[in-house]
Amino acid sequence: MQCESCKEREATVHLTQVVEGTVTKVHLCETCAAKSGLDVQSPMSITDILLGMGTKGTSARPDADLACPHCKMKRSDFKKSGRLGCPSCYESFAGELLPLIKVMHRSDQHIGKIPSREGIRVRMSAEIAVLQQALDNAVALEHYEEAARLRDQIQQCRQRASADKGESVS
Amino acid sequence: MNMDELLKQTGSWLAPGADTGIVVSSRIRLARNLRSTPFPGWGGEDECERIWTQLKPIFEDMPAFRGGLLLHMAELDELDKHILFERHLISREQAEKGRGSGLVASSDETLAIMVNEEDHFRLQAIRPGLDLSRTWVSVNHVDDLIEQKVSYAFSTRLGYLTACPTNVGTGMRASVMLHVPGLVLMNEINPIVKGMGKIGLAVRGLWGEGTEATGNMFQVSNQISLGEKEESILSNLEQIVLEIVEHEKNARTRLLERKDAVLRDHVGRAYGILSNAHILTSREALDLLSGLRLGIDLGILGRMNRYVIDELLLLTQPGHLQKVMNKKLKPKDRDIARAMLVRKKLAEAAGQAPKSAEEKDE
Repeated sequence: MQCESCKEREATVHLTQVVEGTVTKVHLCETCAAKSGLDVQSPMSITDILLGMGTKGTSARPDADLACPHCKMKRSDFKKSGRLGCPSCYESFAGELLPLIKVMHRSDQHIGKIPSREGIRVRMSAEIAVLQQALDNAVALEHYEEAARLRDQIQQCRQRASADKGESVS
Repeated sequence: MNMDELLKQTGSWLAPGADTGIVVSSRIRLARNLRSTPFPGWGGEDECERIWTQLKPIFEDMPAFRGGLLLHMAELDELDKHILFERHLISREQAEKGRGSGLVASSDETLAIMVNEEDHFRLQAIRPGLDLSRTWVSVNHVDDLIEQKVSYAFSTRLGYLTACPTNVGTGMRASVMLHVPGLVLMNEINPIVKGMGKIGLAVRGLWGEGTEATGNMFQVSNQISLGEKEESILSNLEQIVLEIVEHEKNARTRLLERKDAVLRDHVGRAYGILSNAHILTSREALDLLSGLRLGIDLGILGRMNRYVIDELLLLTQPGHLQKVMNKKLKPKDRDIARAMLVRKKLAEAAGQAPKSAEEKDE
């Protein structure tokens, strides 16, 4: 295969980019690839970034060694092992974790599978948010009948959500 | 099923007859955890043991695992663990575990759950050849069944919560095992491996993270698990794999056209050494078996069945070899036993297809 840039040398650098489902391909020789600023020699992986965390002294403040209230894991424990203590650690260390997650995954919003028993809770909390907004509007406009109806609907959503899991929706 | 019965079969990813020339197998694993429960590494063995005891009846009830394996790591010896690792049923990390960690697997080994490895559940489905969509259906179904019995740790924003933030979101890692001797012989594999990192894919060796790419086998997998739907992660991976397959086919064609003698020499020498050697290291065996595999794919090795080679890929691994020989062997003795086993199997295969020796000489 010929290099698409110089059309002389054999293309050995085959780049494929997938952006939102659209695939773009470029075939270049090593010289042209280097010219266009592609560093083929040093790929950077997500794991490298993560492993680098423990060594860099970004939070060398012993006084600020935050601990997860649920499992007691300290921030320094996480930095050492790269593993969290419990699911609540994601909230406890959110300040640090979310930016890291965003770098690793280029996103911080899950859009994949939702557990079906979770599904009702998640759907209900989304619905409650919409109803709450309508309720606020109704109160502001002094439409008290409408507001009472909305308040009942919110109550129903809360009940359905908590009946599903025996837990309340916060 | 027990360990001895397991050894009578050759593993889920080595199905005879499947089109497994370049794409050897497709594997998807899902990381899942129990709500409000410390992750195994932080919770400690007592907590793990409590979870294992609580989960065992759930697995026993699932039809998919009936007649399969239900093993507690603490009750397995080193050799058994090594064998499970070589069969891709447990990870190296799980092999190190003891009390409270376990393995559940279907009798055909296509479905497996590691319990209390890094996460509470590591669900895995594996199939021969390139078959990500059916592999996804299988693993997703098992996930649905478990989810009816337990509450998973899940957040609306971050999805399935995992011990390591690299797995958060879908908790999914899909990997495809490729045999690409053509690209290696043509010196074209390195740019491809390097390019993968740039598009969010990882390339690893035959036995996963931190292992070398022996026998020209590579595993390509997704790195990103959050912010994309499972189906789109899988279809992106599949597109890239199909492209590598095209490159490999292309490399093989060029090898046949331009370096026919080099290619035949490579395959012929592999056959010669494997049929006659009396000492074979595991690494050498894998590399030479890769040569035979290529020879079979290209039809330059008579009528030998690829399945014979794939079976040898597994049986020549240290754990399996010692089990086959029925004794613990030092590395030096293993190399001798390995050579003996390979000679025997290849002679048998040649006997089944008597013309192969002459055809090879042509």
